[in-house]
Amino acid sequence: MEFISKDKNEPDWMLAHRLRAFDHFNNMPMPTWGPDLSVLNFDEICFFAKAADKKGGFDSWEEVPQEIKYTFERLGIPEAERAVLAGVGAQYESEAIYHSLEKELSDLGVIFTDLDVAVHEHPELVKKYFMKCVPANDHKFAALHGAVWSGGTFLYIPKGVEVKKPLQSYFRMNAINMGQFEHTLIIIEDGATGHYIEGCSAPKYGSQALHAGCVEVFVGEGSKFRYSSVENWSRDTYNLNTKRAIIEKDATMEWVGGNMGSGVTMLYPCSILKGDGARADHLGIAFANEGQTQDTGAKIFHIGKNTSSKVTMKSLSKGGGTSIYRGELHVAKTADNAISQVECDALILDPISASDTIPNIKVNNQTATINHEARVGRLNEEDIFYLTSRGIPQEEAEAMIVNGFIDPIVRELPMEYAVEMNRLIELEMEGSVG
Amino acid sequence: MLEIKNLHVSIDDKPVLNGVDLKINSGEVHAMMGPNGAGKSTLTNVIMGHPKYTITQGDILFNGKSILDLEPHERSLMGLFLAFQHPKEIGGITLEEFLLAAYRAKQKHLHPDNPPVLVFRFKKMLKELMEKFKMEKKFASRYLNQGFSGGEKKKSEMLQMAVLKPSLAIMDETDSGLDVDALKAVCDGIQQVQRDSEKPMGVLMITHYQRILKHLEPDHVHVLKDGKIIQSGGKEFAHELEKNGYENL
Repeated sequence: MEFISKDKNEPDWMLAHRLRAFDHFNNMPMPTWGPDLSVLNFDEICFFAKAADKKGGFDSWEEVPQEIKYTFERLGIPEAERAVLAGVGAQYESEAIYHSLEKELSDLGVIFTDLDVAVHEHPELVKKYFMKCVPANDHKFAALHGAVWSGGTFLYIPKGVEVKKPLQSYFRMNAINMGQFEHTLIIIEDGATGHYIEGCSAPKYGSQALHAGCVEVFVGEGSKFRYSSVENWSRDTYNLNTKRAIIEKDATMEWVGGNMGSGVTMLYPCSILKGDGARADHLGIAFANEGQTQDTGAKIFHIGKNTSSKVTMKSLSKGGGTSIYRGELHVAKTADNAISQVECDALILDPISASDTIPNIKVNNQTATINHEARVGRLNEEDIFYLTSRGIPQEEAEAMIVNGFIDPIVRELPMEYAVEMNRLIELEMEGSVG
Repeated sequence: MLEIKNLHVSIDDKPVLNGVDLKINSGEVHAMMGPNGAGKSTLTNVIMGHPKYTITQGDILFNGKSILDLEPHERSLMGLFLAFQHPKEIGGITLEEFLLAAYRAKQKHLHPDNPPVLVFRFKKMLKELMEKFKMEKKFASRYLNQGFSGGEKKKSEMLQMAVLKPSLAIMDETDSGLDVDALKAVCDGIQQVQRDSEKPMGVLMITHYQRILKHLEPDHVHVLKDGKIIQSGGKEFAHELEKNGYENL
């Protein structure tokens, strides 16, 4: 901890925070529910050096494995960008674009920068909010994150400011230091509006075995914020991310997420509907292919009066993969007239794959209206026959059905992400036919 | 054009067709009638290549070549079309998107060196076809058959047929569940496609009822019973059947 803190020249309070978090980490048990995490060996994970020295990538384009190059090629990512995405090279080509955006934002009083930079330049804001939404003693991986976090994004939109363009981490990815423990801190002040897109849909490959990032969003009174992410980590990764938002009076928080990669994913974006009239909307897709477990879902806490939440999750399982929807829905005594609607649809693409739904609903207020729907379907021979009988090859027909299934969510993604999401799905679908 | 020779088919080891022979020449209209469970729908599915059936004996030739080893999409590209009795509902893809994909696949097959048709050209073509069929414009932007009424589904099938311009159209009980007006509209559609096609389109119509035959006059009428064609005749045979039924055949 001291080494990381010193290396980053951090203020004392941050070092103290890291040390406290590390204490929590040592004293907390591993979670016993959900996917098996026993193979994780904390002594073998390199917490900082790799992220800083190798930046989770490769030293040269030649070192990048053929499989990754092929994926980039199929995604139609320009050569220059491919290198950056694979972690080669230090500069992002479009830095100029970013700078003009930066000017536009700073005129509005918006701060959009590296969290490491913000610790130095905006200590009062960071200190006030950092890990106040996800405290380090929340669970073992939050504690670990608090101790060794490094890199990430800081976004601050002041009172009443409306940022129309989606802000993308893509733009400020001047080096691939999207390490294993990046922290995203977002503060949306009262009446402000914004949309942030995290990660990029191209796969991130590295040697890391554990990814324990953290996203905190503070959604001020009457504000509106959308957080979108497409995560596609390499297959050997344990992706144990914590994402949470505190939503004040009459504010709206929207989560849009796609999970394709990783060996094991445990990710349940959480909305705490604190203020009266607060709203949360969760949209998500998970795709579990061979050897993958996608344990994803949503956590919602209704605390204020007249709060509402809506969860729409779609999952795909293929090649022996397992998709699980795990939901937590709590309605507090104080939350009069809470409304919640949860819909999860699973599509299982072959006989060897699986899907499960594990909802946990606790209602402590009789005025609540709760609706939970879960559907499981299989890729249907009759549907495929119908499409192929019109001259469409089987693989394409299957991809069509799958893309149609996730369409309601993909259409919420910004254009370029939607296109890439569809391409990624097609890539995953390849070779599914003997 | 289509020649079925001594076709034996089973599903889950249960025989359904027991030696069907049928020959359809270019431009001919054939009607296939018969009681429920006679194997009529099986026959249409097998011609189109549905994977759940096993062909135990016999052959199906299209333009002189056996098509038994071909995938359904390959049969479609050759010019076969099946109008489904119960068209599938597919969410998340619009009728227009689906038709574009199917049309492009067909064009790629016919003219492999040409670039794919531009979207706006296709839209124009589709719009004209839909006007001919008296279909509302918004029909094309709905998800494929999803929430369509029975009549709308059959119209959707006709539109698909018109886009793909097959040389042989197989219609599996296209008339069932339609009221008089819808039936007429669908039959007009079929005749429209027949008029528009460069080479005369052959039709194999599976039906329970006489009434569709009033709109689309068949050249040949067959009765399928217990997995075999037990009697065939000209169009007058259909009238005979109407009077006497096929119970006594």
